[in-house]
Amino acid sequence: MSRLRLEESYSFNRDVLDYIQHASEHGLYEIRGLGAKRKLPTFDDLTFLTASASRYPLEGYREKCVSKTVLGTRHAKQPVELEIPITIAGMSFGALSANVKDALGRAATAMGTSTTTGDGGMTPEERVSSKTLVYQCLPSRYGFNPDDLRKADAIELVIGQGAKPGGGGMLLGQKISPRVAKMRTLPEGIDQRSACRHPDWTGPDDLTIKIEELREITDWRVPIYIKLGATRVREDVKLAVKAGADVVVIDGMQGGTAATQQVFIENTGIPTLAAIPLAVQALEEMDVFGEVQLIISGGIRTGADVAKALALGADAVAIGQGVLMSLGCNSEHWCQGDKKIDATADYAKLDTAPGYCHHCHTGKCPVGVTTQDPQLEQRMQPEWGARRLKNYLQTMTMELTTLARACGKSNVHHLEREDLVALTIEAAAMAKVPLAGTSWIPGASGGV
Amino acid sequence: MARVIEFDLSRRSVRELNQYLHHELPAGEQRVEILNPNGMHSLAVGLDAPIDVEIRGHAGYFIAGMNKQASVTVHGNVGWSVAENIMSGTVRVKGCASECAGASGHGGLLVIEEDASSRCGISMKGCDIVVGGSVGHMSAFMAQAGTLVVCGDAGPSLGDSLYEATIYVGGRIASLGADAQEEPMTKADFDRVASLLKQAGIERDPKSFKRVASKRSLYHWHADAEQEY
Ligand code: SF4
Repeated sequence: MSRLRLEESYSFNRDVLDYIQHASEHGLYEIRGLGAKRKLPTFDDLTFLTASASRYPLEGYREKCVSKTVLGTRHAKQPVELEIPITIAGMSFGALSANVKDALGRAATAMGTSTTTGDGGMTPEERVSSKTLVYQCLPSRYGFNPDDLRKADAIELVIGQGAKPGGGGMLLGQKISPRVAKMRTLPEGIDQRSACRHPDWTGPDDLTIKIEELREITDWRVPIYIKLGATRVREDVKLAVKAGADVVVIDGMQGGTAATQQVFIENTGIPTLAAIPLAVQALEEMDVFGEVQLIISGGIRTGADVAKALALGADAVAIGQGVLMSLGCNSEHWCQGDKKIDATADYAKLDTAPGYCHHCHTGKCPVGVTTQDPQLEQRMQPEWGARRLKNYLQTMTMELTTLARACGKSNVHHLEREDLVALTIEAAAMAKVPLAGTSWIPGASGGV
Repeated sequence: MARVIEFDLSRRSVRELNQYLHHELPAGEQRVEILNPNGMHSLAVGLDAPIDVEIRGHAGYFIAGMNKQASVTVHGNVGWSVAENIMSGTVRVKGCASECAGASGHGGLLVIEEDASSRCGISMKGCDIVVGGSVGHMSAFMAQAGTLVVCGDAGPSLGDSLYEATIYVGGRIASLGADAQEEPMTKADFDRVASLLKQAGIERDPKSFKRVASKRSLYHWHADAEQEY
């Protein structure tokens, strides 16, 4: 009996076939939420050389390990002072429900860290619930106004985002509710595509003057961050520093979004791991390392990721997707008091399942996180969400200080590159730390 | 009558000027003259009081940025982004304005008595802009709300990706941008133009104006838009 031999094409595999069929049927590219799903070198590819005979560790439960973080010391009269180096990344009201924005503020405040507005302006709820709130100045300028600017604790000028460097924001019609439309001065229900360039400045010289204007309006009180999607990191960080940034935020390729073209998410930018050493190098070459602080985002998930980012030279990290997951994103259920309500049927309606969902763009989030639907948003209650997110931030901080102590550091900011080695050649080359068991840094040193 | 307070930028800094205008202006004083602006940037930004500010000479970028309530007049030309994000009040430029005049303005009135360069009224969100002369390319790009009145000619791609803002042009239009279309003038349009010209102090017959608004064909995703996205 002859046996049928099934051989799948590597180039035209089932995923590619799906893509071609979909493109042929609809004539439009795919839009989705969250970040890159492809396999990329990550912080998992690094490991710490914790203390032993050549270094001594600190006692886990008895000796203090400081996590206080100060951002924006270069020019601002009032730098941002945080208890932990883990901040909440910018996510818009519109992409997220008002309940979620409220929960983020409460959890961040309880942990002594900052939250960030997003494309769409500042909601009164998030200003009230967030002790420290960073106000984004984005190309769209939706809802941007001087009153909120003066209420902000820092300003983040967004030039790019890791999920879509070079692209503008997007919010599809089903999420342009009456309140979102009003805040953004847009007609209800339209598919909104934000600008990708700022309306009032273009190049780095103009940016210098723009920053001065923002400082003049706010009487030089608050720090100005510049957020960049990780592409030509070394050059971009230098330009940001020259333009006068107090803090540079680098968002790597794994960074998330509420909605953008899939082609952007998977095919632009460089991994977060590769971006950090380039940013640090730029700061060192400009002789401002330590003076201009560095925040890293894009796929930060655990306390170990935070520790590794800090060891590579970051002053803080910003988390986005992890926050959503802490609030129930991709869970099988949502919670009503103590009751767990199964949401798998709602995932199925979106042609997905828990663990695979990236359908934030639909506005039909099965767990009520990324929605403007009045019924769905009730699935994520602020008190519940705030408690969960506080727990998540607390766990990450404990993991961070655990690793720092094990490396003999009494301050998480004392973690250093020398504490790390890489488990793969790619990670060694990108993070510019030696491959484990060798002194070899591909691209930077000679032989083993 | 309130006295006029002079602020000489050949002797004091921009930072001192804005600090003064934000916090130190004595109560009841409502007129400030800024001397020797010499192309300096960020003059009179972030104002939030019903005061009159006269800038005597040419000024640089971001003049009267984010203005609220104040009336700011520049007796000269200005650089990029005059009255960017204006919320209310009036900003008047007696000469010409460079790029992005009134960018992202939410309210209030911006008057450019002579020409404005490209991207005038880009991303505007409810302000009114009256230009006595002509405007450059891509003016009112992605303009969401408000009115742009151009007494002279408009450069290429006028009103590209327009939302709900309305444009009136007295002269020639080099070309319209994606999703912009010329529409018939109604009585309400003539009245609107006449009212804005009056507020701007510019004499011109409203009957000579054309109306440009959005076709609204890009408001929703669909495959037939031929990559206009
Ligand atoms: S569960 Fe909700 S937040 Fe998570 S990916 Fe799906 S739609 Fe987005």
